[in-house]
Amino acid sequence: MRVVIAEDLFLLRDGLTRMLQAHGLEITSAVDNGADLLAAVAKDRPDVAIVDVRLPPTFTDEGIRAALAARREVPGLPVLVLSQYVEQLYARELLASGGGGIGYLLKDRVFDSAQFVDAVRRVAGGGTAMDPEVIARLLARNTGNVNVGALSPREREVLALMAEGRSNVAIAQRMVITERAVAKHTASIFLKLDLQPSDDDNRRVLAVLAYLEG
Amino acid sequence: MVTDSRPARSRPPLGLGSSLTAAYYGLGLAGLIVAEVGLVLVLLGWVLLAGAAIASVPVGPGDGHQRILLLLLFLTAGLAIGRFFVCPVLLALRQLAGLTRRLAGEWCGVPIAESYQPPPADPAQLPYTARLRWLLTDAATWRDLRWVVVNALVGWILAAASAALIVVGGVAFLVPVVSRAIPPPAFPGNTKPVLAVIGCAMVVTGVAAAPWLLRGYGLLAARILAPSGQAELALRVRHLSQTRTEALDTGAAEIRRIERDLHDGAQARLVAMGMTLDAAGQIIDTNPDAARALLAEARDSSVKALAELRALVRGIHPPVLADRGLGDAIAALTLDMPLRIHLASDLYGRPPAPVESAAFFAVSELLANVSKHAEARETWIDIRHTDGMLRIGVTDNGHGGADPARGSGLRGIERRLAPFDGILAISSPPGGPTAVTMEIPCELSLPKTSSS
Repeated sequence: MRVVIAEDLFLLRDGLTRMLQAHGLEITSAVDNGADLLAAVAKDRPDVAIVDVRLPPTFTDEGIRAALAARREVPGLPVLVLSQYVEQLYARELLASGGGGIGYLLKDRVFDSAQFVDAVRRVAGGGTAMDPEVIARLLARNTGNVNVGALSPREREVLALMAEGRSNVAIAQRMVITERAVAKHTASIFLKLDLQPSDDDNRRVLAVLAYLEG
Repeated sequence: MVTDSRPARSRPPLGLGSSLTAAYYGLGLAGLIVAEVGLVLVLLGWVLLAGAAIASVPVGPGDGHQRILLLLLFLTAGLAIGRFFVCPVLLALRQLAGLTRRLAGEWCGVPIAESYQPPPADPAQLPYTARLRWLLTDAATWRDLRWVVVNALVGWILAAASAALIVVGGVAFLVPVVSRAIPPPAFPGNTKPVLAVIGCAMVVTGVAAAPWLLRGYGLLAARILAPSGQAELALRVRHLSQTRTEALDTGAAEIRRIERDLHDGAQARLVAMGMTLDAAGQIIDTNPDAARALLAEARDSSVKALAELRALVRGIHPPVLADRGLGDAIAALTLDMPLRIHLASDLYGRPPAPVESAAFFAVSELLANVSKHAEARETWIDIRHTDGMLRIGVTDNGHGGADPARGSGLRGIERRLAPFDGILAISSPPGGPTAVTMEIPCELSLPKTSSS
C-alpha cells in the first residue's frame, strides 16, 4: 500500500514513516506543507494520504483545506487527517466532500500502532475512521434524542464503534462477542433509529453519522 | 458599563398624539420640580423656622439686644439640627435628579450622563462628617442644587406651560362658550366668539408648542445637569482604571489556574510516565511480561496527559477560534451542545483576537446557562457587525427569569466585555423567552487570504 504523509514536525513525520514502514506500508513521499502534499499526490497517486491539520504557512486548518483540495484534484483520494484536537465541524466538512475514504483521528491514536494501521488500511479501502472522541461528542449531543435514549447500553457501545467506521468483525473482536451478536445489535439499532439497514459497511457508517449529526 | 450619551435628535416627534403626550410628560416633570423644590425647602426649613420663632417671641420695645441674642440662639440650634438634614436631603435630591436625567432621555430625547463621585466606602458605615464632605465636595451635588434653582425660576414654565395653556384655554374659555357650568372670565368684551377665539388659540398654541417645550426642558436639564467635559473625562478614567484592574485580576487568576492544572495534571502524569518507563527498563531482561505491562501503563499515562492538555488548551484559546474565527468557533461550539441551536453569522472579517476570545467565551457561558437552567427547546444565535459594533444575540424559548444580579455567570460575562467597553443587555421575563444581547465596539480586519 502506497502512502503520502504531510506533517510539519520532523519527529512526528519520521516516527509515522518508520511505524508505517514497519507494518509493511510503502511511504512514497513525506512532506511538510500543503502545497508539497498536492504535488506529491498528483505525482505519486498514493492509495491514501495522511495529513496533519496544522501545516505551514498559517498553522491553522491548512491541513483540512489541503486534504479537501487534494480530493478535488484526485477525486475519491482516501485521506486520513490527524490532529492534536478533534472538532465535529471539521469532521462534517471532511465527510461532506463525499465518496468515503475519510479518516479523522487524534494524533494520540498513533500510540496504538496496530489499531492505527488498521484505520489507515480501512480508509485506503474507501472506508471511514472517525475518532472515538468525535463520536463521543456526537452521542453527547444526542442525549435528548428519544430514539438514541431507547438504545440499550450494549447497543450504544455498538453504535459508537459502528460510527467510528468499524466493521462487524472488528466490533465483535473489540467487544469480545460473536459476529452474530453484533449483527443482532446493529439490526436492533437500525430499527430503533428508523434507518434503512445496509450490507455495505461504509454506507452504514455514513447513515449513522448523518443521523447523529441530525 | 458606561452610559452612552448619544447626540439629541434634531427634531422632536410631531403630531397631535405625541404633542398631547408631550404636554402630559411636561406635567409629570412639573410634579418632579415641585418635589425637588420641596426637598430644598426642607433643607432651608430650619432657617425659616428660626425666623418665625424669633418673630413670634413677644419682646418689649427697646429690647433689641434680647432679639439679637434669640437670633443667635436659634441660629446655633438651627445649624446644629439642620446639618443632620443635609445628607439625607442631598441624597434624596440625587434620586430626583437621577429621575430627571432618566426622564430627560426617555421623554425629551436628551439623555444625560450621571457623574457622581463614588462614595469612599459604604456610605451607611461612614461617619456623618465624612459623608457630608463626600457630598459637598462633589461638583455634581452642586449641579443638582443649581438645577433646583433653575427649575424654580424657569424650569416649571417650560414643563407646565403647554399643559396649562391647553387646560386653561379649554376649561376657562371654551367650556363657558358651550355651557353655563363655569362662569366666563370677567373682562370687558368677553363675548362668546371672543372667548372661543382666545380659547382655541391657547389650546392650539399649547398643543403645537408641547414637543418643543419638552425638548427645551430636556436641553436645559442637560445644560445644567450633564457633567462637564472634565467630569466626563474623569468618569472615563475611573471606568478605565476599574476595568483594567478587573482585566488584570482575571488574567492573573487564569494564569494561576493554568499553572495549577499543568502542575496537577500533565506534569504529574509525565513524572509518573518517566518513573514507569524507568521501572520497565530495570526489569525488561528479568521479567519481560511485567515490563510490557509497565510500558502499556506508560502509554496510557501519555494518552491521559494529552487529553488533559487538550482540555486545557480548549479553555485557554479554542483551536477552531484561532483557525477559523468567531463564526466557525461558535458553530463548532453549537455542534457540541445537546440543544437545538439556529446560528446566523454574518461577519465578513475578523474582530481583534482579544475581542474574539471574549465574545466566544461569553457565548459559551450563555449556552451553558441555557442548557443548565432554561429548559429551552430552541436557541437562536445571531452574530453581526454593523456601525463599528459587534452584536451577538442569544435568544432561547426557555422559562426565562434569568437575573444578572443573582447569576455570577452573567456578571462574569459583563466583566469579560467591560475592558472592550462592551455591554450586555438581558431581557428575561418569568415564563421566557430570554434574550441576551452583547455589543462590543470593534473594527473587523479583512479575512486572511490563504496561500494554498
